[in-house]
Amino acid sequence: MPPNLIAAIASIVIFIFIFDLLRRGVLKEKYAVLWLLIAGVALFFSIFPGLFDSIALFMGVSQPVNLLFFLSSVILVLVTVQFSFELSRNEARIRRLAEEIALLREQNDRNSENNDKH
Amino acid sequence: MPSGQPLIAIPAWNEQDSIGLVISKVREYQPNAAILVVDDGSTDDTASTAAELGAAVVSLPFNVGVGGAMRTAFLYAQRGGFSALVQVDADGQHDPADLDRLLTGLDSADIVVGTRFHPNSMYFVGGPRKWAMVLLSKSLSRMNRSPISDPTSGFRSAGPRAIELFASEYPAEYLGDTVGSLSIAIHNGLLISETPVTMYYRAIGRPSKNALWSALYLGRASLALVATVLKRRNRTRGDLD
Repeated sequence: MPPNLIAAIASIVIFIFIFDLLRRGVLKEKYAVLWLLIAGVALFFSIFPGLFDSIALFMGVSQPVNLLFFLSSVILVLVTVQFSFELSRNEARIRRLAEEIALLREQNDRNSENNDKH
Repeated sequence: MPSGQPLIAIPAWNEQDSIGLVISKVREYQPNAAILVVDDGSTDDTASTAAELGAAVVSLPFNVGVGGAMRTAFLYAQRGGFSALVQVDADGQHDPADLDRLLTGLDSADIVVGTRFHPNSMYFVGGPRKWAMVLLSKSLSRMNRSPISDPTSGFRSAGPRAIELFASEYPAEYLGDTVGSLSIAIHNGLLISETPVTMYYRAIGRPSKNALWSALYLGRASLALVATVLKRRNRTRGDLD
């Protein structure tokens, strides 16, 4: 099996997988778009591998595969940093909610105590 | 001392053995104060012990750390209309006899930090932990109008302006509840003073004796300091320009 075909099949599988996650409502749209975009670009270049080689040569990269590795690591780093950012924000929000719940519960306990007395 | 009832806030995480004594000692020295225990996700009987002794108990559903617990206390103070809040540790290391001085200090400052460094103190630190403390103290003292010799002390009081500020903004990161909160206060124009306090230690052989742990402490303290200083700069640019 030619390597291009393997790459194309892999891209299509990822495409279908992400779409299915989106359809089932497991994955939020903004993340789905990101992965679909990446899968789309991968599919495009697996169909037209010559194009990627020309881009690499044009950029002065002698081994096109190096450009591929470079780009994928840059994308992965960016995605991970974005996740860390959202994780931090969500942690802060959850903590804020926990504080609010604790205060409300205390107030609620106090109210029901007062009601019992009346 | 600001008028109105002061709130003594005790953040507690699994302190069932010491919380009772702390509450009764606080009540002995400050009979008019309201006592709030912020139960920071304890799995033992901290909350019920405190409630039985008549303290108000706010129970966080999971452990959020001292910073989060203290913001909860400041929110409670703000919504309850308290004009002064004193933070006291639940493990009994703070002496409630000092509460009065922390409260009267609020007459001329927004925050009063109880310092462990004074001529009569039994407190001693050495090595990297000391360097970290000196570094933090020097940097904060330069920002403040008067010296802050013990910025990592958790025994401190807050007046109405500080309560208002900390109810909306109280850092939950490492050292944020001590160093970070002071830097936020200074940046917002609050005045910080200090008063000597006594602190007890329940165990000998503190983790500060371990060199690796101390080095880690120094590293995290420096990072926390850099983060707060940069944060301050950013905000200054946004607010004043």
